[in-house]
Amino acid sequence: MKNLFDSGHRGCAGCCDAMAAKFTLMGAGEDSIVINPTGCLEVMTTPFPETSWNVPWIHSLFENAAAVGAGVEAALKSLGKENTKVVVMGGDGATLDIGMRSISGTFERGHDLTYVCIDNEAYMNTGVQRSGATPYNASTTTSPSGKVSFGNPRPKKNMPAIMAAHGAPYVATTSIGFPKDMIKKVAKATEIEGPTYVHAHAPCTTGWGFDTSKTVEVAKMAVQTGLWPLYEMEDGEVTKVRKIGKNVKPVEDYLKMQRRFKHLFTMEGGEEEIAKIQAIADKNIEDFGL
Amino acid sequence: MAPENKLDKSKMVVVEGSYAVAHAVKTCRPNVISAYPITPQTHIVEDLSQFMADGEIPNCEYINVESEFSALSALVGSSAAGARCYSATTSQGLELMHEVLFNVSGMRLPVVMTIVNRAVSAPISIWNDQQDSISQRDTGWIQLYAENIQEISDMTAQAYKISEDKDILMPAMTCMDGFILSHVYEPVVLLEQDLTDEFLPAYEPERILDPKNPLSFGAFADPNYYAEFRYLQEQAMQKALKKIEDVANEFYDIYGRYYGGLIDEYRTDDADIIIMAMGSIVGTIKDLIDKLRDRNVKVGLLKVRAFRPFPAEAIKEVIKDSKVIVTLDKNISLGLNEGALCTETKSVLYNSDIRVPVIGYMIGHGGRDIKVDTIEKIVDDAEEVIKTGIRIESQFADLKEELL
Amino acid sequence: MKILPGGACEAGTTRVNKTGGWRTFKPVYDYDKCIKCKLCELLCPDMAVNPRDDGYFEFDYDYCKGCGICANECPKSAIEMVLEEK
Repeated sequence: MKNLFDSGHRGCAGCCDAMAAKFTLMGAGEDSIVINPTGCLEVMTTPFPETSWNVPWIHSLFENAAAVGAGVEAALKSLGKENTKVVVMGGDGATLDIGMRSISGTFERGHDLTYVCIDNEAYMNTGVQRSGATPYNASTTTSPSGKVSFGNPRPKKNMPAIMAAHGAPYVATTSIGFPKDMIKKVAKATEIEGPTYVHAHAPCTTGWGFDTSKTVEVAKMAVQTGLWPLYEMEDGEVTKVRKIGKNVKPVEDYLKMQRRFKHLFTMEGGEEEIAKIQAIADKNIEDFGL
Repeated sequence: MAPENKLDKSKMVVVEGSYAVAHAVKTCRPNVISAYPITPQTHIVEDLSQFMADGEIPNCEYINVESEFSALSALVGSSAAGARCYSATTSQGLELMHEVLFNVSGMRLPVVMTIVNRAVSAPISIWNDQQDSISQRDTGWIQLYAENIQEISDMTAQAYKISEDKDILMPAMTCMDGFILSHVYEPVVLLEQDLTDEFLPAYEPERILDPKNPLSFGAFADPNYYAEFRYLQEQAMQKALKKIEDVANEFYDIYGRYYGGLIDEYRTDDADIIIMAMGSIVGTIKDLIDKLRDRNVKVGLLKVRAFRPFPAEAIKEVIKDSKVIVTLDKNISLGLNEGALCTETKSVLYNSDIRVPVIGYMIGHGGRDIKVDTIEKIVDDAEEVIKTGIRIESQFADLKEELL
Repeated sequence: MKILPGGACEAGTTRVNKTGGWRTFKPVYDYDKCIKCKLCELLCPDMAVNPRDDGYFEFDYDYCKGCGICANECPKSAIEMVLEEK
């Protein structure tokens, strides 16, 4: 079978976005139209006159992908082509920050589309600046660690909960470290009528600072520590959770793999900060029964 | 010689301007309407919503978006997917769309949008001027300005025909003065469905978002390509100059109504003084011209229908034998102390052989009533310019000195 | 090539861009260890792992950037990253 997402793109070696796009299309299938806001994935796949996409694809602006998706969906309906799936793939900045109004409106109105957020926890396309998805204490170029700072002072915005609160019939978290989980959830999301949301955790080799071969390993570790719980919500209720059980790992194992948390292991007071991150993981484990 | 407007009185009904526009949109058979309410555009979208509720627009989806930004963004997707698209907005809403305007044009999506012209904030004002659409002149949208309700209604179908032409593929704004046209009841012939079906072919774009032929739209262009994209847009605008004229004539052939193509003229043949203006002010000026002509003042009117593309040659042809040009602008480029019509008219004359002085007046800002007396005084000024030359090149008309 | 209105691009055309030149290390299979689990094919961010008729896989060195994810994740350590010789 021909890959719906093709070779020759300019993504970094070990690129999380490329994997996320590939898995998304494996789940959504060829009868899909993809909407992509501005970001790494858009830039690396479509340098005019080339494209890596073997499905119809459109990029408009940074903050409007969900609205463009709503428009595509409305057009398909009016033209009698309802069977085609509408899939928006946006980064965390395009989704949680600048595109918030657009995605909120689209979900509130109940358009039949699937929004996949590819969350690499910062603005990677512009050089690793902090976004609303950047985790607590991560060092980015606009939330750098320094003599008086441990990096980003705020925890991640809980976007899946916000989307569930919109009345979305299906909200799921997934990770590129669990491709089969992601493909399955995207497939399920695209089959369900109405606005569905899949939030995929996607470690970025360049932005997070780890070897290009470790993308999947880091992604798995986020899940195994409880920092990125994998769950599904249907009609606002958590219906399925991926258990970690006894295999749970301390957050330290996850943090030490990445340059963006390196300062926590060298700065005075770092230990207390790591403990605060452990508390975030512990709360996830408790809340979701991981 | 311009064709004579033949209004079929038996077809006339008294409706609000906004209703006439909404009805015109309906007869153009749109597939997707996406809009956000804003004064004074609201009646148009309310009327369209009622048509939808009554099942009067077949094969159409109406998206009640959460902002103007999304109103136009949604139409990027809809138009790229092959739908005929419509929106309407004004003022703050149009300014919020600014980024999307460039995008729609750059992607060559023939969206048609009614602009119900209104002043922009601050200070906030819901009343009419044309600062909103004029400020968007460089975004790559065709801009047409209507004189009255009949014209804005008919212009809607014309705009689709111009925009969707395979050689053009540029979005269009049809502009009507807020309240003055949108909220006034006048007898009009509502756009006829049978004639519109004859006039306006179905929208059948060659390249759309389609899984059977999966193209990518909206790629980024590096310095090797970007300039050519812009050039092609400009080329399309230049082609639109002729198309706007052609479509006005085709419209006349089918409907018997005509308001000019790129421009229209009123008593300009032997005019020493030519007033240039856009929109509803044109009606007031015509009345004044009739009065002044009775007193042997040789004054005429050049109505600018198309502001983008700018009809340089058509304007030059009309004004070449006059003695002074007066531009009336409901907008200002702050820091230049001129309205757009003034600046652009001067610019098209500079490298020509035509040596006619141009004086500009900024008038009617924020809904300030434009009195006939004011324009009459401006004509007096113009007569002085013929005798003594320009003293003040561009100025505000009707300022209240006591407030300054 | 002429720019189409709006700049539409034909599908799959980045294949003209052979990203194999980026590589420092290249993955090499040890077919004796391979259990045909398909994980390498699934994970490859560059779609540079192709199935063979016999059920094993081969690398498409035209596109493989040498990231090493396949070698890192292979459950049987059947992929070795060797320094590229140019």
